[in-house]
Amino acid sequence: MNSILQYIPLNYYVALAAIIFAIGVMGVLFRRNAIIIFMCIELMLNAVNMLLTAFSTFHGDESGQVMVFFIMAVAAAEVAVGLAILVMIYNNIRTVDVDELNKLQG
Amino acid sequence: MNTLIIISLLGVAAMMADAFRFKKILLPLIVAGLIAALGFAVAAWNSNLSYYHEMVLFNNYALAFSSLLIVVTLLWMIISKNYFSSETNMAEHAALILFVLTGAIIMTAFSDLSMFFVGLEILSISLYVLAASNKSELRSNEAGMKYFLMGSFATGFLLFGIALIYGATATFNLAKIASVIEMSAAAGNTPMFVYAGVVLIMVGLLFKVSAAPFHFWAPDVYEGAPTVITAFMATVVKTAAFAAFYRLFSTCFHDLTGFWSHAMAVIAAITMLAGNILAVYQKSLKRMMAYSSIAHAGYMLMAIVAMNKISANAIFMYTAAYSVASMGIFALMQAMTDAGNESVDSLKGLSKNNKGVIVFLSALVFSMAGIPPMAGFFAKYYIFLGAIQSGYQWLTLVAILSSLVGVYYYFRVIFVSLQDNTDGLGHTLNRGQWTLIILSAFISLLIGVIPSLLLTLSL
Repeated sequence: MNSILQYIPLNYYVALAAIIFAIGVMGVLFRRNAIIIFMCIELMLNAVNMLLTAFSTFHGDESGQVMVFFIMAVAAAEVAVGLAILVMIYNNIRTVDVDELNKLQG
Repeated sequence: MNTLIIISLLGVAAMMADAFRFKKILLPLIVAGLIAALGFAVAAWNSNLSYYHEMVLFNNYALAFSSLLIVVTLLWMIISKNYFSSETNMAEHAALILFVLTGAIIMTAFSDLSMFFVGLEILSISLYVLAASNKSELRSNEAGMKYFLMGSFATGFLLFGIALIYGATATFNLAKIASVIEMSAAAGNTPMFVYAGVVLIMVGLLFKVSAAPFHFWAPDVYEGAPTVITAFMATVVKTAAFAAFYRLFSTCFHDLTGFWSHAMAVIAAITMLAGNILAVYQKSLKRMMAYSSIAHAGYMLMAIVAMNKISANAIFMYTAAYSVASMGIFALMQAMTDAGNESVDSLKGLSKNNKGVIVFLSALVFSMAGIPPMAGFFAKYYIFLGAIQSGYQWLTLVAILSSLVGVYYYFRVIFVSLQDNTDGLGHTLNRGQWTLIILSAFISLLIGVIPSLLLTLSL
């Protein structure tokens, strides 16, 4: 079980997860298309999943991998709700650009 | 535990109401169920039971907060009648509200980080839908979308923090994490992952409680969401978020206080200043309440910063006082939404149209502003006392100064309501709104006159 970590050390997984997470964060902050923002949020959550599986293997403890299932289930539910809201907005204003959402200001 | 089971089953039952045609008796059923759940929570006092391999632990802290959440939800049901009757999807709305409550109760009772995450998400996902539940209103859609984006963004940070903590400690259990951190702190080699994890969890939670550098979403969401849902978010959800915040930091990261408490103190100071000062400039009462809730989040953060013997009681008292008082003001807010004008100026003529309401409204506003003998005063007093005992005099000074700013905009509500209206219009309250205003004013006074009711609880 632990053998894979002999070829690729744990630090590499942590660095990769941090990079993917950072790409996700940047995407949420700088992209304006709502669908791309959803994708970037998924990227953040999947970085976490990878990190958890790597740690779980490293510790030889299965609870980290169970947590991954929780995160996958919740992420699916979250995106279902998010896409429903997005469809509703598209029906009202015919665009998915988040900058068009500016009805609520001081 | 029975409390949790009853409320989640009620939620499932509410979803069936349409199919099995018991929509008419749904509301009485929910109220009865909530009262039963409250009864179980009170009966389990001092039992301190842990369930499902230490996933949840119903100690007195969890039971007290669960009871508070249920009581506030019951109060909230008084004004939300229109939301459940006038619309076609009442069964779904009722179910979602009950799921929010389920998530909130898990958040007060978790003893494992995975349960914390699950509870938080049950609460959040239901709320995204509720915030956007006014389908044809673009403002409601926008509120739902913004809440969703900010909420899931914050969840990402929180999860990355949880993963790092897991990496350092090899467990999700709060007590085990605490003992691992204690041992490594005693040996002087706390892993880097723990520090990074604490920072990320803190960022995620500060997003959720709308503390200052991460507060920008809250006014928009509060303004755009249907008023009843805003009332629910500002009271029940805020209480649950702070209960979870305090529970996590007091059990898990207690030994790292030196690391995070200074940053948190600065954030608390910025939060209360930003909330109170920006609230002064708001024309809409709903938006003003949003900024005021940000300011109150700052005061509640003070209890987490202080983290000493009286902090748990102080934060419980504060959430109780704040939730009850703002629930009363949201009853007035609901009357304004029904009339279609949410600006503070439209309150002119309120006291003329509704004889006697100004007395109760003043009581609520006094409680929000923290003026004796109302509940808000003692709540603030114990929060400040805790902060001084832990050596945060400067923070207490900032808090007192910012609450003086708060007095200005709260009193503006009273002054405008007392003015005479020239064009003969003005809001009138219906019976439910009257009831809630009177009830919450009395509860605020009761807690204020006998603060030992809540303070002597051993949390």
